[in-house]
Amino acid sequence: MLCSLPLAWLMARAFGVAGLGLGANPIDEIMDRLGEWGLRLLLVTLCVTPLAVTLRKPWLMGVRRMLGLFAFSYLTLHFLNWLVLDQWFDLRAIFADIAKRPYITVGCTAFLLLVPLAVTSTAGWMRRLGRDWHRLHRLVYPAAILGCAHFWWQVKADWREPALYATLLAVLLAWRLRRARRRPALTAATHGPR
Amino acid sequence: MQPPKPTEPLPSEITPRERYLSRRELMLGAAGAGLTVMSTPAPAIAAERLKYAKNPRLSLSEPSNSLEDITTYNNFYEFGTDKRDPARFSGEFRPRPWSVTVAGEAEVKGTFTLEDILRPHALEERIYRLRCVEAWSMVIPWIGFPLADLLQRFRPTSRARYVAFKTALRPKEMPGQRFPVLDWPYVEGLRMDEAMHPLTILAVGLYGELLPNQNGAPLRLVVPWKYGFKSIKSIVEIRFTEKPPPTSWNRSAPQEYGFYANVNPAVDHPRWSQAKERRIGAGLFSPRVPTLPFNGYAGQVAGLYRGMDLRKNY
Repeated sequence: MLCSLPLAWLMARAFGVAGLGLGANPIDEIMDRLGEWGLRLLLVTLCVTPLAVTLRKPWLMGVRRMLGLFAFSYLTLHFLNWLVLDQWFDLRAIFADIAKRPYITVGCTAFLLLVPLAVTSTAGWMRRLGRDWHRLHRLVYPAAILGCAHFWWQVKADWREPALYATLLAVLLAWRLRRARRRPALTAATHGPR
Repeated sequence: MQPPKPTEPLPSEITPRERYLSRRELMLGAAGAGLTVMSTPAPAIAAERLKYAKNPRLSLSEPSNSLEDITTYNNFYEFGTDKRDPARFSGEFRPRPWSVTVAGEAEVKGTFTLEDILRPHALEERIYRLRCVEAWSMVIPWIGFPLADLLQRFRPTSRARYVAFKTALRPKEMPGQRFPVLDWPYVEGLRMDEAMHPLTILAVGLYGELLPNQNGAPLRLVVPWKYGFKSIKSIVEIRFTEKPPPTSWNRSAPQEYGFYANVNPAVDHPRWSQAKERRIGAGLFSPRVPTLPFNGYAGQVAGLYRGMDLRKNY
């Protein structure tokens, strides 16, 4: 699957396949690539509904869950890389960073918001939660906003890439807002679990 | 100061020979297989050997980082903001012929060729730790000479209290300058006593060879007790001033980067901690190590800042 390619590439570099390498600072490299792909996939996931609706291709909705879970997997690895390789379980430093560093605070918050979404992504949970499932999964919007902020907040001066993601997210959210305003009755009906 | 007799140690005396050679093979192998991650091979192995003397008294005894690490992991935004960009995109940059303009509060002013700048100075090797403001560090065997020796030649006047430096502005050769990530050209500055300190050097090479473009060819500053961004690269202008000169990162984000930028584990960057640093080259499973005040050079330089509040003057 296409979504595993960045991870496969990263693994090839980590294990030195064919002379590839992670460069002088492998830990930061792993962190940046995992975070970058996690955020990209999260944004791709958020593109699914607008694309399915505007292109009238309802089958597209079928890939949404898988994309979301891929994004979550990358972000989980990103989080674990921070916890283990970067901080080496230095709990005092970790909690100090969460409390004091806004970009880490928002990054951790975004990740925690995504955990229940991944857990309840199964058909069984969808059934059990019914209408609440959809309400719960709106958490993906604040998570994506915090994810973009997390990225933007740590660049030193070159804000071009985070600005690109933030713009895309703004467009996607604006589309949803407009749709919800225009057809308040319909949204409830079309937003059953899929 | 009488320069010691020049010797010519091989780079292999610094990095174990097997490691040095295996890295080369690795790079060549990757290039041969067409799988190199760099679009053009980094000009890591410069042609010209330099004559220099070692200065063990002012050098660390720790092993240096590999030439590959030093030349492929760079912050030199003039060539791009990714750490690998300077190695990839500095191939068009022409560090020779080169000239440096000297201006401001000095008796000797004008534009000097690089050869005129370098001629009277005996080169020496200084192995220094470079601590980046991004909380990583490397050990680098610089080849250079004390900045003080050069500045004295221009006979600064009594009004000269600061020295300002400027990097080349060549958007055609420096692709990173085509977008205003920073307000180009890059500028930096030191207080006169910092500039005259014996640890402050101008570097023209590393690992016994001419500086690669991505490391600031042909002439760069190295101030080992300050965060790396103070050590301005590819210098085209030296100006003596009475007032503190503007500095690029301070102008870009004054609440995050001060004029002094002394390495200080007790004063965090507003967005991240400076208490520890990652040693480049230490491997995947090495935890960060504590950062030392003034990057380990406190004994030599702390006196310059006596009585100053280092929290305010970050």
